[in-house]
Amino acid sequence: MITLRINGENRTVDAAGDVPLLWALRDLLGLTGTKFGCGIAQCGACTVHLDGKAVRSCVLPISMVGDQAITTIEGVGKTPTGASVQKAWLDLEVVQCGYCQSGQIMSAAALLAQTPSPNDDDIDAAMSGNICRCGTYVRIRAAIKRAAKSA
Amino acid sequence: MIDLPSPPDLQSPRRRALLQVGAATAGGMLFGFHAGRAAADSSARRASDAPFAPNAFIRIDTHGKITLIMPQVEMGQGVYTSLAMVLAEELDADFEQVVLEAAPPNTKLYANPVFGVQATGNSNSIRAFWTPLRKAGAATRALLVQAAARTWKVDAAGLTTDRSTVIHAASGRKLGYGVLAATAMAGNIPADPPLKPISQFKLIGKPLKRLDTPDKVNGATLYGIDAMPAGLKFATLAASPVFGGTVQRVDDRAALMMPGVRQVVVLDNLVAVIADHTWAAMRGLAALDITWNEGANAQVEQAQIWQQIERASDATGAVAKAVGDADKGLAQGQKHEAVYRLPFLAHAPMEPMNCAVHVRPDGCEIWVGTQVAARTQAIAAKVCNLPLDKVIVHNQLLGGGFGRRLEVDMTEKAVRVAQHVDGPVKVIWSREEDIRQDVYRPMYYDRLSASVADGKILGWHHRITGSSVMARWLPPAYQKNIDIDAVDSAVDIPYDIPNLRVEYVRDEPPAVPTGFWRGVGPNNNVFAIESFFDELAAASHKDPLAFRRDLLQGQPRLRAALELAASKAGWGTPLPQRPGQPAGVRTGRGIAAQVAFASFIATVAEVEVDGQGEVRVRRIVCAVDTGIAVNPDTVVAQLQGGLIFGLTAALYGSITIGKGRVQQGNFNDYRMLRIDQSPAIEVHLIDSSESPGGIGETGATAAPPAVGNAIYAATGIRLRQLPIDREILAGRRKA
Repeated sequence: MITLRINGENRTVDAAGDVPLLWALRDLLGLTGTKFGCGIAQCGACTVHLDGKAVRSCVLPISMVGDQAITTIEGVGKTPTGASVQKAWLDLEVVQCGYCQSGQIMSAAALLAQTPSPNDDDIDAAMSGNICRCGTYVRIRAAIKRAAKSA
Repeated sequence: MIDLPSPPDLQSPRRRALLQVGAATAGGMLFGFHAGRAAADSSARRASDAPFAPNAFIRIDTHGKITLIMPQVEMGQGVYTSLAMVLAEELDADFEQVVLEAAPPNTKLYANPVFGVQATGNSNSIRAFWTPLRKAGAATRALLVQAAARTWKVDAAGLTTDRSTVIHAASGRKLGYGVLAATAMAGNIPADPPLKPISQFKLIGKPLKRLDTPDKVNGATLYGIDAMPAGLKFATLAASPVFGGTVQRVDDRAALMMPGVRQVVVLDNLVAVIADHTWAAMRGLAALDITWNEGANAQVEQAQIWQQIERASDATGAVAKAVGDADKGLAQGQKHEAVYRLPFLAHAPMEPMNCAVHVRPDGCEIWVGTQVAARTQAIAAKVCNLPLDKVIVHNQLLGGGFGRRLEVDMTEKAVRVAQHVDGPVKVIWSREEDIRQDVYRPMYYDRLSASVADGKILGWHHRITGSSVMARWLPPAYQKNIDIDAVDSAVDIPYDIPNLRVEYVRDEPPAVPTGFWRGVGPNNNVFAIESFFDELAAASHKDPLAFRRDLLQGQPRLRAALELAASKAGWGTPLPQRPGQPAGVRTGRGIAAQVAFASFIATVAEVEVDGQGEVRVRRIVCAVDTGIAVNPDTVVAQLQGGLIFGLTAALYGSITIGKGRVQQGNFNDYRMLRIDQSPAIEVHLIDSSESPGGIGETGATAAPPAVGNAIYAATGIRLRQLPIDREILAGRRKA
């Protein structure tokens, strides 16, 4: 049994330590907002926060999490940056199919927590690990800047 | 987390709300998804509490809840909102309060009028359902007005409607649609209800917020991959890496000893591992020792497929369009010829293929996101040997479609696996399986020739060679050896050409299955024609904009788009230095025009090409006349996204075959455009009162020729094949 602190709650998972956090969240804990896209940390759909930093949960074994706090898309709205990112996403109508957007929002929230007024290079660096096949990048960039202003 | 309810009683004719994903409240908007219940079984529902459902698209209950049934699926293109706007407009419903429901599989009620199949594709959701949904809304409204007139004993002509309410202005009386629902059922449905004039639209034409967005920013939306019926097991699978191969032998001893692995299912052409969670299934699959009978395709190589299509294109094709005398026209003036080529492409939606299935002796239940709900039901019924009504399809929102989910192979495979599993099982493909077991955008080989004199085209010949998707997917659309999709935007080339012949040669590649891919036939034809047009302009020493404009005398809408895009892009002015632009990069602007999916679009791209042949697209300006833009913000978003989709194809997209296998497998070797390479994009909408055009695929079609023409403007190098060849642009290889 491994105990994980997720969105402020302790959850226990009955699984081997090598199980990636992504599958523990989705299949064992029912938190399906975090998405599977590639399995090799190439697309960012599985992005969650560990102690506020963006990580790719598809390659993170649960044994490596320890006592670090996990935040997922289901919980990020309770943080001020997460809430402002979600609001900017709604205001600018960023989303199309939406499948990658959990990861996009998690990456954007981590960026803004660290860099409250990011420039274009900051945005490129923080967000280029997140693929959007619908091509919502123009609006993602604009929404991050809007969220930065509103925070 | 939101749990799905437990499976319903398959026998019950009154099962309902199987998939209530939740009533999200966002800005006072109630929005829920429901599926699985026949929407218009009105005869059985004329009980006192039964909702008023005069057609397959609208249901109003006695409490005033208005449910709109969506005949087209939501995969990011925004149709759940725009189709709801069309219905609500004529119904005069309070848009803030409507509830949406996915149409169940039912070809009779929900077939796309263009295809005759219950399918979402070809950028035609709005075009196909514009009139039927307006009529459904207007007829329903008329019944409610009649009901109020009978209730109040007044003339219906004196009544108006607004926000789900009938109003008698003379007396100040009002009645909500819910109160009128029971009375309205007794009315006679008008066959040809009057539709609103454009000037009276309250919703259509306004940039309304999408109804599906709130749940997509907090993780609540359930895609097919998120289905969690009680007792679910998790699975992944491998099909033969060589197309057409079969399983010879499987050693599953190591896999079955792995923690969490429950079962290995071996079928004739695939192997699946069933486990307690997806990771265990994936680990189990990797531990299997599978020997495949690779069969006849094991030696197929990419070069051989190119040779085959090139040879096929030597033959005269079926004539899809002939105007005047093309041969005579081509014998005059200055003649030019070119060959354009496009590669296979995978779809790679961000949600990999998946399907959850519960097979029981007396029925089958499916959770999947599909563009073809009725075909999904039909394939499951066929595999299980069940009548259609014993197969329940819970259609989910789609994590990208792009044509991939017009197929039912992911459902067919999952059902075949589920037949061997006790209880529900969710089969998820790895990204590698998703890329390697796709149906691929066909390769195309286009021969073009034209003769020009004084800026006029005297003769034109275009021979398109490629796989026919229609012949397999919709046989009636393949007649007399012509695939009507493959020649789309070529037979209706917008330019003034007095003598023209367009031919089609069907050439099926060995081994590789082909399918529809965002932009379909026009992707190929617009790229070939607009690139070749740029060549003709250069050969005629004409400006590419002026050359096109002068040949669009009969196309005022496209001319206007061309002029607007050029003006907004600063066509003809020197390209400014970008801040941070490296020294020595070559820069240029390119322009392209298209009439595709009944929309008129012009695009200007600005590129930088560096010494290594790397291309940076820094700005795209696009002008679009799509007729009435139902939701203008969605039109803009679709173009922004579609252009990125097209850029990905132009800059990176290539699927190749070696030893009968797809050689790419994940985003490391099948690259996608990322935000750091994404250009600034400006989309300018042209006001129009024409009927709505299609928009979802137009950007994908628009970007590649504009970029190719900009690369030519920057470098003088004409690239006639995609993706772009950086070796040629770096001067290390001849074009």
